[in-house]
Amino acid sequence: MDKTKKKELQILACKVRIGIIEGVFHAKSGHPGGSLSAAEIFTYLYFKEMNVDPQNPHDENRDRFVLSKGHTCPGLYAALSLKGFFPWNEIKKLRHIGAMLQGHPDMKGVPGVDMSTGSLGQGISAACGIALSAKLSGADYRVYTILGDGELEEGQVYEAAMFAKQYKLDNLCAYVDFNGLQIDGKITDVMSPLPIASKFKEFGWNTIEINAHDFDEIDAAYTQAKSVKGSPTVIVAHSIKGKGVSFMEDQASWHGTAPNSEQYKIAIEELNAALAELGENK
Amino acid sequence: MIATRDSYGEALADFGSVYENLIVLDADLSKSTKTVTFKKKFPDRHINCGIAEGNMMSVAAGLATTGKIVFASSFAMFAAGRAFEQVRNSIGYPHLNVKIGATHAGLSVGEDGATHQCCEDIGLMRTIPGMVILNPADDVEARAAVKAAIMLDGPVYMRFGRLAVPVINDKPGYKFEIGRGIELCSGEDITIIATGLMVPEAVKAQKLLDSDGIKARVINMHTIKPIDREIIIKAAKETGVIVTAEEHNIIGGLGSAVCEVVAEEYPVPVIRIGVEDVFGRSGTATAVLEYYGLTAKNIYSKVKNAVFLKRQNN
Repeated sequence: MDKTKKKELQILACKVRIGIIEGVFHAKSGHPGGSLSAAEIFTYLYFKEMNVDPQNPHDENRDRFVLSKGHTCPGLYAALSLKGFFPWNEIKKLRHIGAMLQGHPDMKGVPGVDMSTGSLGQGISAACGIALSAKLSGADYRVYTILGDGELEEGQVYEAAMFAKQYKLDNLCAYVDFNGLQIDGKITDVMSPLPIASKFKEFGWNTIEINAHDFDEIDAAYTQAKSVKGSPTVIVAHSIKGKGVSFMEDQASWHGTAPNSEQYKIAIEELNAALAELGENK
Repeated sequence: MIATRDSYGEALADFGSVYENLIVLDADLSKSTKTVTFKKKFPDRHINCGIAEGNMMSVAAGLATTGKIVFASSFAMFAAGRAFEQVRNSIGYPHLNVKIGATHAGLSVGEDGATHQCCEDIGLMRTIPGMVILNPADDVEARAAVKAAIMLDGPVYMRFGRLAVPVINDKPGYKFEIGRGIELCSGEDITIIATGLMVPEAVKAQKLLDSDGIKARVINMHTIKPIDREIIIKAAKETGVIVTAEEHNIIGGLGSAVCEVVAEEYPVPVIRIGVEDVFGRSGTATAVLEYYGLTAKNIYSKVKNAVFLKRQNN
């Protein structure tokens, strides 16, 4: 990836993080930790990888995205808004009664959301269905999904893993946000889904491990995924929960907690400083 | 005599030629659910999901987002029971165009016993907003239900049986319309509202009652949701007492749906015939139905008693 593109993506990831904090703060609830850890992947998918057009959100040939870990939609919403699917102002109405943006993604109400999700384990299956549809129709769109590492405790994930291999869904690319934490603590303390990559490998998937916060590695992984025939790909991305906001980093307690006014101020200041460092004015 | 699951499989094979975007999913039960009939004709559009009903329902949802008409089949126990939450969240909430073809519903599964005799499915499905529930009584109605489900854009739960049942709707003028009950016999003394395989039993009971001088109205309620409020209210007003008959728990199914309408609109006594909040047991289908009182004979005696009480009160 050239340096200009990489910098553009880094700036956008920073703006996605600002959107996450804005949304969750104004909602006084929501899930900042796992949204922040996935800021780079949301950014990469919408600004580099996927063929989507905010002017034509239902285009039959568009690439599809399913947020299997639906609770981290503040990150998705920020990316969609930055891409032009809806005004930024909606972010500040997240989770408010009568507002467009629900606590979990609602495909009927939000332009750009391809599947309603929120109940863990179901999104990857729906992504399989979308990918299978392309195979049946000879369409060449690709399907992307993001799972949480805690989500891998849901048995349905492995039903989907078998299905995707059985039907050779090489147009499906899953991404596991491996931040190591879930609501009740470390994934290894609660119910370890480890090892992740080798599990998927045994199910017949192409597997790639990367650093979730490095756009070069993300880019290389998605490029490689597209070259694989006959197998779905999973990208296991080592991430830091709460990434980008110092006091939220690597803390399970920020899984589903909103910042108070003081914390909000600090978080936004930190993110604006990061933007400035990238040469971008807020 | 033909089981509605057979009618289902044949209807899918018929409509498969008309609708090229019709996809059928099954969970390793295609020989039992009869989707195998579709598979023989359209092997590429029949997707076996293996023994993984939760995944199947979410896969169905994903397919439906791309404009496919998806039929997902398993036994009622696993389609509505095991996969309830996938049906609710992946299919129901986004109101996707998925048709759930649930076979082996009710006690008439027979020998397999309680673990496979699903008498809770209507209750479960009824609580999902926007879910249409069809419970056809025979071959003619099962095929009509499949057609109506295809014509409707949105989720439909269809309930089919394992047991061969008589064909009663092969009459000129028969018309299947979602949400419209069918009056099979007129009568002013009492109304029997039946669904599924209890419809022919209700018709048999009506004949016995007629010879006793009791004029029972019989309604075939093939759609449980949206329920035909009009035909229920009319029956309540004109006959003053209603008996419901279903192969389902008396909690949550047709009997409950009728009670809800009557209680709100025109309160009259309602007697619910069905599985009385117990689990089933093994036996031949007919023996099990007899054991739990899902027979014309039981309808007959419950109606006689209800009419006696009604006349006493008047």
